[in-house]
Amino acid sequence: MTSSVHAGARPDIGTGDATAPPTGRGVSRAVRIGLLLSPAMLVIAVFFAAGVAQALAQSFGYQPFLPRWHWSTDAYRQVWTDPAVRASLLLTLRIAFVSTALATMLGVTAALVIRRLGRARRWVSSLLQANLAIPHLVGALCMVLLLDQAGFLSRIGHAIGLTGSPASFPPLTADRFGVGIISEYVWKETPFITVLALSALNRGAAELESAARVLGAGRWQRLRHVTLPLLAPTVGTASILVFAFAAGSYEVPYLLGRPYPATLPVVAYQAYTSTDLSTRPEAMAVAVLITVLSLVVVAAYLAVVARLSRRSL
Amino acid sequence: MTTPAAVDARAVRSLGRAHVRLAPVLASIGIVGALLPLVPLVIWAIAGQWRYPGLIPQRASSRGLRILADPRSQIAHGLLLSIGIGVSVAVLACVIAFPAGRAIGVYRFRGRRLIQFLLLAPVIVPGLAVTLGLQVFFIRYGLADTVIGVVLVQLMPTVPYAATVIGAAFANHDLDYERQARALGAGPIRVLLFVTVPLLRPALVAAGLFAFLISWSEYVLTLLVGGGQVQTLPLLLFAAIGSSDITAAAALAVLVIVPPLLLVTVSARVLSGVSGAAIGFGRL
Repeated sequence: MTSSVHAGARPDIGTGDATAPPTGRGVSRAVRIGLLLSPAMLVIAVFFAAGVAQALAQSFGYQPFLPRWHWSTDAYRQVWTDPAVRASLLLTLRIAFVSTALATMLGVTAALVIRRLGRARRWVSSLLQANLAIPHLVGALCMVLLLDQAGFLSRIGHAIGLTGSPASFPPLTADRFGVGIISEYVWKETPFITVLALSALNRGAAELESAARVLGAGRWQRLRHVTLPLLAPTVGTASILVFAFAAGSYEVPYLLGRPYPATLPVVAYQAYTSTDLSTRPEAMAVAVLITVLSLVVVAAYLAVVARLSRRSL
Repeated sequence: MTTPAAVDARAVRSLGRAHVRLAPVLASIGIVGALLPLVPLVIWAIAGQWRYPGLIPQRASSRGLRILADPRSQIAHGLLLSIGIGVSVAVLACVIAFPAGRAIGVYRFRGRRLIQFLLLAPVIVPGLAVTLGLQVFFIRYGLADTVIGVVLVQLMPTVPYAATVIGAAFANHDLDYERQARALGAGPIRVLLFVTVPLLRPALVAAGLFAFLISWSEYVLTLLVGGGQVQTLPLLLFAAIGSSDITAAAALAVLVIVPPLLLVTVSARVLSGVSGAAIGFGRL
Protein backbone atom coordinates (compact mmCIF):
# COMPACT_ATOMS: atom_id res chain seq x y z
CA MET A 1 0.00 0.00 0.00
CA THR A 2 2.88 2.33 0.67
CA SER A 3 4.39 1.50 -2.72
CA SER A 4 2.25 4.16 -4.35
CA VAL A 5 3.97 6.62 -2.09
CA HIS A 6 7.42 5.44 -3.11
CA ALA A 7 6.39 5.63 -6.74
CA GLY A 8 5.34 9.20 -6.15
CA ALA A 9 8.84 10.39 -5.34
CA ARG A 10 9.43 13.76 -6.91
CA PRO A 11 11.08 17.05 -5.95
CA ASP A 12 9.14 19.27 -3.61
CA ILE A 13 6.93 21.70 -5.43
CA GLY A 14 4.34 24.25 -4.44
CA THR A 15 3.10 24.33 -0.89
CA GLY A 16 5.00 21.20 0.06
CA ASP A 17 8.27 22.97 -0.59
CA ALA A 18 7.77 25.71 1.94
CA THR A 19 6.73 23.42 4.76
CA ALA A 20 8.80 20.32 4.06
CA PRO A 21 11.44 19.45 6.62
CA PRO A 22 14.98 20.38 5.66
CA THR A 23 16.18 16.81 5.27
CA GLY A 24 14.87 14.48 2.62
CA ARG A 25 14.81 15.01 -1.12
CA GLY A 26 13.86 12.57 -3.87
CA VAL A 27 14.11 8.95 -2.87
CA SER A 28 14.98 9.55 0.78
CA ARG A 29 11.91 11.77 1.05
CA ALA A 30 9.68 9.06 -0.38
CA VAL A 31 11.17 6.50 2.00
CA ARG A 32 10.58 8.89 4.85
CA ILE A 33 6.91 9.37 3.93
CA GLY A 34 6.49 5.62 3.49
CA LEU A 35 7.99 4.96 6.92
CA LEU A 36 5.78 7.58 8.53
CA LEU A 37 2.67 6.09 6.95
CA SER A 38 3.53 2.44 7.48
CA PRO A 39 2.18 1.88 11.03
CA ALA A 40 -1.28 3.30 10.23
CA MET A 41 -1.37 1.64 6.80
CA LEU A 42 -0.40 -1.64 8.42
CA VAL A 43 -3.42 -1.37 10.72
CA ILE A 44 -5.70 -0.63 7.76
CA ALA A 45 -4.18 -3.39 5.62
CA VAL A 46 -4.23 -6.03 8.36
CA PHE A 47 -7.64 -5.24 9.81
CA PHE A 48 -9.69 -3.48 7.18
CA ALA A 49 -8.46 -4.72 3.80
CA ALA A 50 -7.89 -8.27 5.01
CA GLY A 51 -11.28 -8.31 6.70
CA VAL A 52 -13.04 -7.21 3.51
CA ALA A 53 -11.02 -9.72 1.45
CA GLN A 54 -11.86 -12.56 3.85
CA ALA A 55 -15.55 -11.66 3.83
CA LEU A 56 -15.48 -11.67 0.01
CA ALA A 57 -13.65 -15.01 -0.20
CA GLN A 58 -15.90 -16.67 2.35
CA SER A 59 -19.01 -15.33 0.60
CA PHE A 60 -17.82 -17.23 -2.49
CA GLY A 61 -17.55 -20.48 -0.61
CA TYR A 62 -14.07 -20.37 1.00
CA GLN A 63 -14.36 -22.10 4.39
CA PRO A 64 -11.11 -21.72 6.34
CA PHE A 65 -12.04 -24.26 9.03
CA LEU A 66 -13.53 -26.97 6.85
CA PRO A 67 -11.32 -29.59 5.14
CA ARG A 68 -13.34 -29.50 1.91
CA TRP A 69 -14.83 -26.48 0.25
CA HIS A 70 -15.27 -25.15 -3.27
CA TRP A 71 -15.81 -21.81 -4.89
CA SER A 72 -19.43 -21.05 -5.69
CA THR A 73 -21.94 -18.26 -5.97
CA ASP A 74 -24.55 -20.25 -4.04
CA ALA A 75 -24.54 -17.85 -1.11
CA TYR A 76 -25.38 -14.91 -3.37
CA ARG A 77 -28.09 -16.92 -5.13
CA GLN A 78 -29.59 -17.82 -1.78
CA VAL A 79 -29.37 -14.26 -0.49
CA TRP A 80 -30.95 -12.98 -3.71
CA THR A 81 -33.96 -15.28 -3.44
CA ASP A 82 -34.33 -15.08 0.33
CA PRO A 83 -37.44 -12.98 1.10
CA ALA A 84 -36.00 -12.18 4.54
CA VAL A 85 -32.96 -10.52 2.95
CA ARG A 86 -35.11 -8.59 0.47
CA ALA A 87 -37.35 -7.27 3.24
CA SER A 88 -34.22 -6.52 5.27
CA LEU A 89 -32.61 -4.57 2.43
CA LEU A 90 -35.69 -2.38 2.01
CA LEU A 91 -36.00 -1.83 5.75
CA THR A 92 -32.29 -0.99 6.12
CA LEU A 93 -32.37 1.50 3.24
CA ARG A 94 -35.57 3.12 4.50
CA ILE A 95 -34.26 3.49 8.04
CA ALA A 96 -30.91 4.85 6.88
CA PHE A 97 -32.42 7.35 4.42
CA VAL A 98 -35.16 8.62 6.74
CA SER A 99 -32.80 8.91 9.73
CA THR A 100 -30.16 10.74 7.69
CA ALA A 101 -32.66 13.13 6.11
CA LEU A 102 -34.36 13.96 9.41
CA ALA A 103 -31.10 14.33 11.35
CA THR A 104 -29.62 16.55 8.63
CA MET A 105 -32.64 18.84 8.39
CA LEU A 106 -33.09 19.11 12.15
CA GLY A 107 -29.36 19.51 12.74
CA VAL A 108 -28.94 22.34 10.24
CA THR A 109 -32.08 24.07 11.54
CA ALA A 110 -30.79 23.76 15.10
CA ALA A 111 -27.44 25.26 14.08
CA LEU A 112 -29.15 28.21 12.37
CA VAL A 113 -31.38 28.75 15.43
CA ILE A 114 -28.53 28.47 17.95
CA ARG A 115 -26.56 31.02 15.97
CA ARG A 116 -29.37 33.55 16.41
CA LEU A 117 -29.41 33.18 20.20
CA GLY A 118 -27.62 35.80 22.20
CA ARG A 119 -25.71 35.00 25.35
CA ALA A 120 -27.65 31.74 25.83
CA ARG A 121 -25.89 30.33 22.74
CA ARG A 122 -23.05 28.69 24.61
CA TRP A 123 -25.01 26.71 27.16
CA VAL A 124 -27.85 25.89 24.76
CA SER A 125 -25.40 24.29 22.36
CA SER A 126 -23.70 22.41 25.18
CA LEU A 127 -27.09 21.10 26.40
CA LEU A 128 -27.99 20.01 22.88
CA GLN A 129 -24.68 18.22 22.74
CA ALA A 130 -25.26 16.41 26.01
CA ASN A 131 -26.23 13.23 24.18
CA LEU A 132 -23.29 13.33 21.74
CA ALA A 133 -21.00 11.26 23.91
CA ILE A 134 -23.70 8.81 25.00
CA PRO A 135 -23.20 5.31 23.54
CA HIS A 136 -25.88 4.16 21.06
CA LEU A 137 -26.54 1.17 23.27
CA VAL A 138 -27.68 3.52 26.06
CA GLY A 139 -29.61 5.54 23.48
CA ALA A 140 -31.49 2.40 22.47
CA LEU A 141 -32.39 1.69 26.10
CA CYS A 142 -33.53 5.32 26.50
CA MET A 143 -35.83 4.92 23.48
CA VAL A 144 -37.30 1.68 24.83
CA LEU A 145 -38.11 3.35 28.15
CA LEU A 146 -39.48 6.43 26.38
CA LEU A 147 -41.45 4.99 23.45
CA ASP A 148 -42.63 1.59 24.67
CA GLN A 149 -46.41 1.11 24.89
CA ALA A 150 -46.05 1.30 28.68
CA GLY A 151 -43.19 3.80 28.44
CA PHE A 152 -42.79 7.37 29.56
CA LEU A 153 -44.63 8.97 26.60
CA SER A 154 -47.50 6.53 26.99
CA ARG A 155 -47.73 7.47 30.68
CA ILE A 156 -47.76 11.18 29.79
CA GLY A 157 -50.53 10.37 27.28
CA HIS A 158 -52.47 8.68 30.07
CA ALA A 159 -51.90 11.55 32.48
CA ILE A 160 -53.33 14.13 30.07
CA GLY A 161 -56.17 11.83 29.10
CA LEU A 162 -55.16 10.92 25.53
CA THR A 163 -54.82 7.18 26.05
CA GLY A 164 -56.49 4.80 28.50
CA SER A 165 -54.17 1.82 28.53
CA PRO A 166 -50.79 0.74 27.11
CA ALA A 167 -52.60 -0.99 24.24
CA SER A 168 -54.17 2.27 23.07
CA PHE A 169 -50.73 3.90 22.69
CA PRO A 170 -49.29 3.30 19.19
CA PRO A 171 -46.49 0.69 19.06
CA LEU A 172 -43.36 2.79 18.45
CA THR A 173 -40.74 0.16 19.29
CA ALA A 174 -40.52 -3.18 17.49
CA ASP A 175 -42.91 -1.60 14.99
CA ARG A 176 -43.24 -2.34 11.28
CA PHE A 177 -41.83 0.96 10.02
CA GLY A 178 -38.84 1.19 12.35
CA VAL A 179 -39.96 4.32 14.22
CA GLY A 180 -38.03 3.35 17.35
CA ILE A 181 -34.79 2.75 15.43
CA ILE A 182 -35.17 5.98 13.45
CA SER A 183 -35.93 7.95 16.64
CA GLU A 184 -32.74 6.70 18.24
CA TYR A 185 -30.58 7.62 15.23
CA VAL A 186 -32.22 11.03 14.86
CA TRP A 187 -31.85 11.73 18.59
CA LYS A 188 -28.15 10.81 18.57
CA GLU A 189 -27.13 12.17 15.16
CA THR A 190 -28.95 15.53 15.05
CA PRO A 191 -26.58 17.13 17.59
CA PHE A 192 -23.65 15.69 15.63
CA ILE A 193 -24.82 17.52 12.50
CA THR A 194 -25.49 20.64 14.61
CA VAL A 195 -21.98 20.71 16.06
CA LEU A 196 -20.35 20.36 12.66
CA ALA A 197 -22.71 22.89 11.04
CA LEU A 198 -21.94 25.42 13.81
CA SER A 199 -18.21 24.93 13.34
CA ALA A 200 -18.65 25.48 9.58
CA LEU A 201 -20.70 28.63 10.21
CA ASN A 202 -17.97 29.97 12.47
CA ARG A 203 -15.56 29.99 9.56
CA GLY A 204 -16.47 33.40 8.15
CA ALA A 205 -20.17 32.90 7.32
CA ALA A 206 -21.16 36.14 9.05
CA GLU A 207 -18.88 38.26 6.84
CA LEU A 208 -20.17 36.70 3.62
CA GLU A 209 -23.78 37.05 4.74
CA SER A 210 -23.41 40.73 5.60
CA ALA A 211 -21.66 41.28 2.27
CA ALA A 212 -24.65 39.66 0.54
CA ARG A 213 -27.00 41.87 2.57
CA VAL A 214 -25.13 45.00 1.59
CA LEU A 215 -25.52 43.86 -2.03
CA GLY A 216 -29.29 43.67 -1.50
CA ALA A 217 -29.89 39.95 -0.89
CA GLY A 218 -32.96 39.17 1.18
CA ARG A 219 -33.12 36.71 4.07
CA TRP A 220 -34.05 33.70 1.93
CA GLN A 221 -31.63 34.63 -0.81
CA ARG A 222 -28.83 34.78 1.76
CA LEU A 223 -29.86 31.43 3.20
CA ARG A 224 -30.22 29.82 -0.21
CA HIS A 225 -27.15 31.26 -1.93
CA VAL A 226 -24.70 31.98 0.89
CA THR A 227 -25.35 30.09 4.11
CA LEU A 228 -26.47 26.68 2.82
CA PRO A 229 -23.74 26.40 0.15
CA LEU A 230 -21.20 27.27 2.87
CA LEU A 231 -22.59 24.45 4.99
CA ALA A 232 -22.90 21.92 2.15
CA PRO A 233 -19.40 20.33 2.25
CA THR A 234 -19.27 19.91 6.05
CA VAL A 235 -22.89 18.82 6.47
CA GLY A 236 -22.53 16.55 3.43
CA THR A 237 -19.57 14.74 4.99
CA ALA A 238 -21.34 14.51 8.31
CA SER A 239 -24.50 13.05 6.80
CA ILE A 240 -22.45 10.42 4.95
CA LEU A 241 -21.17 9.26 8.33
CA VAL A 242 -24.72 9.27 9.70
CA PHE A 243 -25.99 7.20 6.77
CA ALA A 244 -23.15 4.70 6.99
CA PHE A 245 -23.71 4.33 10.71
CA ALA A 246 -27.48 3.96 10.40
CA ALA A 247 -27.07 1.31 7.70
CA GLY A 248 -24.37 -0.63 9.54
CA SER A 249 -25.16 -0.53 13.23
CA TYR A 250 -26.14 -3.76 14.96
CA GLU A 251 -27.20 -3.07 18.53
CA VAL A 252 -29.76 -0.32 17.85
CA PRO A 253 -31.95 -2.27 15.36
CA TYR A 254 -31.49 -5.43 17.40
CA LEU A 255 -32.89 -3.79 20.53
CA LEU A 256 -35.51 -1.53 18.94
CA GLY A 257 -36.59 -3.51 15.88
CA ARG A 258 -38.47 -6.68 15.08
CA PRO A 259 -36.89 -10.09 14.56
CA TYR A 260 -38.51 -10.05 11.08
CA PRO A 261 -37.82 -8.13 9.01
CA ALA A 262 -34.53 -7.19 10.71
CA THR A 263 -31.91 -4.84 9.28
CA LEU A 264 -29.00 -6.25 7.26
CA PRO A 265 -26.40 -6.15 10.07
CA VAL A 266 -28.78 -8.11 12.33
CA VAL A 267 -29.41 -10.65 9.56
CA ALA A 268 -25.65 -10.99 8.92
CA TYR A 269 -24.85 -11.42 12.60
CA GLN A 270 -27.57 -14.00 13.13
CA ALA A 271 -26.52 -16.00 10.07
CA TYR A 272 -22.91 -15.83 11.28
CA THR A 273 -23.60 -17.01 14.83
CA SER A 274 -26.00 -19.73 13.73
CA THR A 275 -24.85 -23.17 14.86
CA ASP A 276 -25.30 -24.35 11.28
CA LEU A 277 -21.92 -23.66 9.64
CA SER A 278 -23.48 -23.79 6.16
CA THR A 279 -25.04 -20.36 6.73
CA ARG A 280 -21.57 -18.78 7.08
CA PRO A 281 -21.23 -18.00 3.35
CA GLU A 282 -24.64 -16.32 3.45
CA ALA A 283 -23.60 -14.22 6.43
CA MET A 284 -20.51 -13.14 4.48
CA ALA A 285 -22.59 -12.39 1.39
CA VAL A 286 -24.81 -10.11 3.48
CA ALA A 287 -21.67 -8.49 4.98
CA VAL A 288 -20.38 -7.85 1.44
CA LEU A 289 -23.81 -6.47 0.52
CA ILE A 290 -23.62 -4.01 3.46
CA THR A 291 -20.11 -2.96 2.43
CA VAL A 292 -21.07 -2.43 -1.22
CA LEU A 293 -24.27 -0.65 -0.21
CA SER A 294 -22.48 1.86 2.02
CA LEU A 295 -19.79 2.52 -0.59
CA VAL A 296 -22.29 2.94 -3.47
CA VAL A 297 -24.53 5.30 -1.55
CA VAL A 298 -21.55 7.34 -0.42
CA ALA A 299 -20.22 7.59 -3.98
CA ALA A 300 -23.63 8.63 -5.36
CA TYR A 301 -24.07 11.11 -2.57
CA LEU A 302 -20.61 12.63 -3.10
CA ALA A 303 -21.38 13.09 -6.80
CA VAL A 304 -24.68 14.83 -6.03
CA VAL A 305 -23.15 17.10 -3.40
CA ALA A 306 -20.27 18.01 -5.70
CA ARG A 307 -22.69 19.01 -8.46
CA LEU A 308 -24.97 20.95 -6.09
CA SER A 309 -22.20 22.93 -4.48
CA ARG A 310 -20.69 23.73 -7.90
CA ARG A 311 -24.01 25.06 -9.17
CA SER A 312 -24.83 27.23 -6.20
CA LEU A 313 -21.40 28.77 -5.77
CA MET B 1 -41.74 59.39 0.95
CA THR B 2 -40.67 55.78 1.15
CA THR B 3 -38.81 54.20 -1.71
CA PRO B 4 -39.47 50.53 -2.53
CA ALA B 5 -35.99 49.73 -1.32
CA ALA B 6 -36.71 51.28 2.09
CA VAL B 7 -39.96 49.31 2.40
CA ASP B 8 -38.10 46.17 1.48
CA ALA B 9 -35.40 46.88 4.05
CA ARG B 10 -38.02 47.44 6.74
CA ALA B 11 -39.78 44.19 5.82
CA VAL B 12 -36.49 42.33 6.07
CA ARG B 13 -35.76 43.90 9.45
CA SER B 14 -39.17 42.99 10.89
CA LEU B 15 -38.78 39.47 9.55
CA GLY B 16 -35.44 39.34 11.30
CA ARG B 17 -37.03 40.44 14.58
CA ALA B 18 -39.74 37.78 14.28
CA HIS B 19 -37.01 35.17 13.92
CA VAL B 20 -35.10 36.50 16.88
CA ARG B 21 -38.24 36.04 18.99
CA LEU B 22 -38.85 32.62 17.51
CA ALA B 23 -35.31 31.40 18.21
CA PRO B 24 -35.62 30.93 22.02
CA VAL B 25 -38.87 28.99 21.51
CA LEU B 26 -37.29 26.67 18.95
CA ALA B 27 -34.20 26.32 21.13
CA SER B 28 -36.34 25.31 24.11
CA ILE B 29 -38.12 22.67 22.02
CA GLY B 30 -34.72 21.39 20.92
CA ILE B 31 -33.42 21.16 24.48
CA VAL B 32 -36.54 19.30 25.62
CA GLY B 33 -36.16 16.90 22.68
CA ALA B 34 -32.49 16.35 23.47
CA LEU B 35 -32.95 15.71 27.19
CA LEU B 36 -36.38 14.01 27.33
CA PRO B 37 -35.15 10.48 26.48
CA LEU B 38 -32.72 10.67 29.41
CA VAL B 39 -35.50 11.42 31.91
CA PRO B 40 -37.09 7.93 32.13
CA LEU B 41 -33.60 6.36 32.17
CA VAL B 42 -32.49 8.35 35.20
CA ILE B 43 -35.82 7.82 37.00
CA TRP B 44 -35.73 4.07 36.34
CA ALA B 45 -32.22 3.89 37.84
CA ILE B 46 -33.58 4.98 41.23
CA ALA B 47 -37.01 3.37 40.98
CA GLY B 48 -38.05 0.62 43.36
CA GLN B 49 -41.44 0.11 41.79
CA TRP B 50 -42.75 2.03 38.79
CA ARG B 51 -45.98 0.60 37.40
CA TYR B 52 -48.01 1.99 34.52
CA PRO B 53 -49.58 4.57 34.48
CA GLY B 54 -47.57 6.34 37.20
CA LEU B 55 -45.57 9.34 35.98
CA ILE B 56 -43.20 8.96 38.90
CA PRO B 57 -42.22 5.71 40.63
CA GLN B 58 -44.52 4.40 43.33
CA ARG B 59 -41.43 3.66 45.38
CA ALA B 60 -37.86 4.93 45.12
CA SER B 61 -35.00 2.60 45.93
CA SER B 62 -31.23 2.50 46.04
CA ARG B 63 -31.29 -1.05 44.68
CA GLY B 64 -29.87 0.08 41.30
CA LEU B 65 -26.90 1.73 43.00
CA ARG B 66 -26.36 -1.30 45.19
CA ILE B 67 -26.27 -3.57 42.14
CA LEU B 68 -23.51 -1.39 40.69
CA ALA B 69 -21.47 -1.71 43.86
CA ASP B 70 -22.11 -5.44 44.28
CA PRO B 71 -18.83 -7.31 43.71
CA ARG B 72 -20.72 -10.37 42.44
CA SER B 73 -22.30 -8.43 39.57
CA GLN B 74 -19.00 -8.21 37.59
CA ILE B 75 -19.66 -4.52 37.06
CA ALA B 76 -16.55 -3.34 38.90
CA HIS B 77 -14.50 -5.73 36.79
CA GLY B 78 -16.26 -4.56 33.60
CA LEU B 79 -15.59 -0.93 34.53
CA LEU B 80 -11.85 -1.55 35.03
CA LEU B 81 -11.71 -3.60 31.83
CA SER B 82 -13.49 -0.90 29.80
CA ILE B 83 -11.14 1.77 31.19
CA GLY B 84 -8.08 -0.40 30.53
CA ILE B 85 -9.10 -1.26 26.96
CA GLY B 86 -10.16 2.34 26.26
CA VAL B 87 -6.88 3.83 27.51
CA SER B 88 -4.82 1.23 25.63
CA VAL B 89 -6.74 1.89 22.41
CA ALA B 90 -6.42 5.66 22.84
CA VAL B 91 -2.64 5.53 23.46
CA LEU B 92 -1.95 3.01 20.68
CA ALA B 93 -4.18 4.85 18.18
CA CYS B 94 -2.35 8.13 18.87
CA VAL B 95 1.11 6.54 18.65
CA ILE B 96 0.26 4.76 15.38
CA ALA B 97 -1.59 7.75 13.89
CA PHE B 98 1.02 10.38 14.86
CA PRO B 99 3.55 9.61 12.08
CA ALA B 100 0.76 9.08 9.53
CA GLY B 101 -0.71 12.45 10.51
CA ARG B 102 2.70 14.03 9.95
CA ALA B 103 2.97 12.43 6.50
CA ILE B 104 -0.45 13.61 5.28
CA GLY B 105 -0.31 16.98 7.06
CA VAL B 106 3.22 18.10 6.15
CA TYR B 107 3.98 16.49 2.78
CA ARG B 108 2.34 16.80 -0.61
CA PHE B 109 2.98 13.58 -2.50
CA ARG B 110 1.42 11.54 -5.25
CA GLY B 111 -0.96 8.99 -3.77
CA ARG B 112 -1.86 11.30 -0.88
CA ARG B 113 -5.52 11.28 -1.90
CA LEU B 114 -5.46 7.48 -2.05
CA ILE B 115 -4.08 7.43 1.49
CA GLN B 116 -6.81 9.82 2.60
CA PHE B 117 -9.43 7.58 0.98
CA LEU B 118 -7.95 4.52 2.71
CA LEU B 119 -8.17 6.42 5.98
CA LEU B 120 -11.83 7.23 5.31
CA ALA B 121 -12.94 3.74 4.19
CA PRO B 122 -12.85 2.04 7.62
CA VAL B 123 -14.90 4.93 8.99
CA ILE B 124 -17.62 4.46 6.36
CA VAL B 125 -17.79 0.70 5.91
CA PRO B 126 -19.60 -0.75 8.95
CA GLY B 127 -17.24 -2.45 11.41
CA LEU B 128 -19.52 -5.48 11.71
CA ALA B 129 -19.20 -6.31 8.00
CA VAL B 130 -15.39 -6.20 8.16
CA THR B 131 -15.05 -8.00 11.47
CA LEU B 132 -17.13 -10.99 10.36
CA GLY B 133 -14.40 -11.71 7.80
CA LEU B 134 -11.59 -10.74 10.15
CA GLN B 135 -12.67 -13.24 12.78
CA VAL B 136 -10.74 -16.01 10.94
CA PHE B 137 -7.38 -14.34 11.65
CA PHE B 138 -8.20 -13.73 15.28
CA ILE B 139 -9.07 -17.40 15.72
CA ARG B 140 -6.03 -18.58 13.76
CA TYR B 141 -3.56 -16.47 15.77
CA GLY B 142 -5.16 -17.22 19.14
CA LEU B 143 -6.38 -13.64 19.60
CA ALA B 144 -10.08 -14.53 19.69
CA ASP B 145 -11.65 -14.28 23.16
CA THR B 146 -8.67 -12.25 24.46
CA VAL B 147 -8.36 -8.67 25.71
CA ILE B 148 -5.43 -8.12 23.33
CA GLY B 149 -7.62 -9.17 20.40
CA VAL B 150 -10.30 -6.70 21.45
CA VAL B 151 -7.75 -3.86 21.75
CA LEU B 152 -6.36 -4.70 18.30
CA VAL B 153 -9.75 -4.84 16.56
CA GLN B 154 -10.73 -1.51 18.11
CA LEU B 155 -7.73 0.09 16.42
CA MET B 156 -9.60 -0.32 13.12
CA PRO B 157 -12.22 2.39 13.78
CA THR B 158 -9.90 4.60 15.87
CA VAL B 159 -6.58 4.85 13.98
CA PRO B 160 -8.06 6.36 10.78
CA TYR B 161 -9.91 8.97 12.79
CA ALA B 162 -6.88 9.84 14.92
CA ALA B 163 -4.66 10.10 11.81
CA THR B 164 -7.13 12.51 10.19
CA VAL B 165 -7.33 14.79 13.24
CA ILE B 166 -3.57 14.76 13.81
CA GLY B 167 -3.01 15.28 10.07
CA ALA B 168 -5.20 18.41 10.13
CA ALA B 169 -3.14 19.71 13.06
CA PHE B 170 0.16 18.99 11.28
CA ALA B 171 -1.09 20.96 8.25
CA ASN B 172 -1.18 24.08 10.47
CA HIS B 173 2.02 23.18 12.31
CA ASP B 174 4.99 25.52 11.82
CA LEU B 175 8.06 23.38 11.16
CA ASP B 176 10.34 26.36 11.87
CA TYR B 177 10.05 25.63 15.59
CA GLU B 178 11.60 22.22 14.95
CA ARG B 179 14.31 23.74 12.75
CA GLN B 180 15.21 26.24 15.45
CA ALA B 181 15.45 23.50 18.07
CA ARG B 182 17.64 21.48 15.71
CA ALA B 183 19.83 24.51 15.05
CA LEU B 184 20.25 24.96 18.80
CA GLY B 185 21.56 21.42 19.02
CA ALA B 186 18.55 19.31 20.04
CA GLY B 187 18.44 15.77 18.71
CA PRO B 188 15.43 14.33 16.90
CA ILE B 189 13.98 12.71 20.04
CA ARG B 190 14.30 15.88 22.09
CA VAL B 191 12.67 17.86 19.27
CA LEU B 192 9.82 15.37 19.17
CA LEU B 193 9.28 15.34 22.94
CA PHE B 194 9.83 19.00 23.76
CA VAL B 195 8.74 20.81 20.58
CA THR B 196 6.45 18.83 18.29
CA VAL B 197 4.34 16.95 20.83
CA PRO B 198 3.68 20.01 23.06
CA LEU B 199 2.71 22.10 20.01
CA LEU B 200 0.27 19.42 18.84
CA ARG B 201 -1.08 18.68 22.30
CA PRO B 202 -4.69 19.84 21.62
CA ALA B 203 -5.02 17.59 18.55
CA LEU B 204 -3.45 14.65 20.40
CA VAL B 205 -5.83 15.16 23.32
CA ALA B 206 -8.82 15.31 20.93
CA ALA B 207 -7.72 12.22 18.99
CA GLY B 208 -7.03 10.26 22.18
CA LEU B 209 -10.28 11.35 23.79
CA PHE B 210 -12.37 10.26 20.80
CA ALA B 211 -10.49 7.00 20.47
CA PHE B 212 -11.29 6.36 24.12
CA LEU B 213 -14.96 7.26 23.63
CA ILE B 214 -15.27 5.05 20.51
CA SER B 215 -13.72 2.17 22.45
CA TRP B 216 -15.92 2.89 25.46
CA SER B 217 -19.10 2.63 23.33
CA GLU B 218 -18.03 -0.27 21.14
CA TYR B 219 -20.30 -3.28 21.39
CA VAL B 220 -20.35 -5.50 18.33
CA LEU B 221 -16.58 -5.64 17.64
CA THR B 222 -15.95 -6.51 21.29
CA LEU B 223 -18.67 -9.16 21.15
CA LEU B 224 -17.35 -10.77 17.96
CA VAL B 225 -13.65 -10.83 18.82
CA GLY B 226 -14.06 -11.17 22.58
CA GLY B 227 -16.54 -13.98 22.03
CA GLY B 228 -18.49 -12.93 25.11
CA GLN B 229 -15.41 -13.67 27.26
CA VAL B 230 -14.20 -10.06 27.38
CA GLN B 231 -17.03 -8.51 29.39
CA THR B 232 -16.71 -4.76 28.94
CA LEU B 233 -19.44 -2.45 30.23
CA PRO B 234 -21.37 -2.35 26.91
CA LEU B 235 -21.57 -6.16 26.92
CA LEU B 236 -22.79 -6.20 30.51
CA LEU B 237 -25.31 -3.48 29.65
CA PHE B 238 -26.59 -5.40 26.63
CA ALA B 239 -27.13 -8.48 28.80
CA ALA B 240 -28.86 -6.33 31.45
CA ILE B 241 -31.22 -4.85 28.85
CA GLY B 242 -32.10 -8.38 27.78
CA SER B 243 -33.02 -9.35 31.34
CA SER B 244 -36.31 -8.05 32.68
CA ASP B 245 -34.73 -6.01 35.49
CA ILE B 246 -35.15 -2.47 34.13
CA THR B 247 -33.78 -0.81 37.27
CA ALA B 248 -30.52 -2.76 37.01
CA ALA B 249 -30.16 -1.96 33.29
CA ALA B 250 -30.93 1.74 33.81
CA ALA B 251 -28.48 2.04 36.71
CA LEU B 252 -25.74 0.41 34.62
CA ALA B 253 -26.60 2.70 31.67
CA VAL B 254 -26.19 5.74 33.93
CA LEU B 255 -22.79 4.40 35.00
CA VAL B 256 -21.86 4.00 31.31
CA ILE B 257 -22.77 7.59 30.35
CA VAL B 258 -21.19 9.43 33.29
CA PRO B 259 -17.51 9.10 32.25
CA PRO B 260 -18.10 10.25 28.62
CA LEU B 261 -20.18 13.23 29.78
CA LEU B 262 -17.49 14.23 32.29
CA LEU B 263 -14.69 13.80 29.75
CA VAL B 264 -16.45 15.84 27.07
CA THR B 265 -17.35 18.59 29.54
CA VAL B 266 -13.84 18.81 30.95
CA SER B 267 -12.22 18.88 27.51
CA ALA B 268 -14.82 21.10 25.78
CA ARG B 269 -12.27 23.93 25.42
CA VAL B 270 -9.65 21.70 23.85
CA LEU B 271 -12.16 20.12 21.47
CA SER B 272 -13.58 23.39 20.19
CA GLY B 273 -10.06 24.56 19.32
CA VAL B 274 -9.23 21.51 17.18
CA SER B 275 -10.59 21.74 13.65
CA GLY B 276 -12.58 18.71 12.60
CA ALA B 277 -12.35 17.05 15.99
CA ALA B 278 -16.13 16.80 16.34
CA ILE B 279 -16.29 14.46 13.34
CA GLY B 280 -15.31 11.76 15.82
CA PHE B 281 -18.78 11.87 17.32
CA GLY B 282 -19.99 10.26 14.10
CA ARG B 283 -18.41 6.99 15.15
CA LEU B 284 -19.94 6.95 18.59
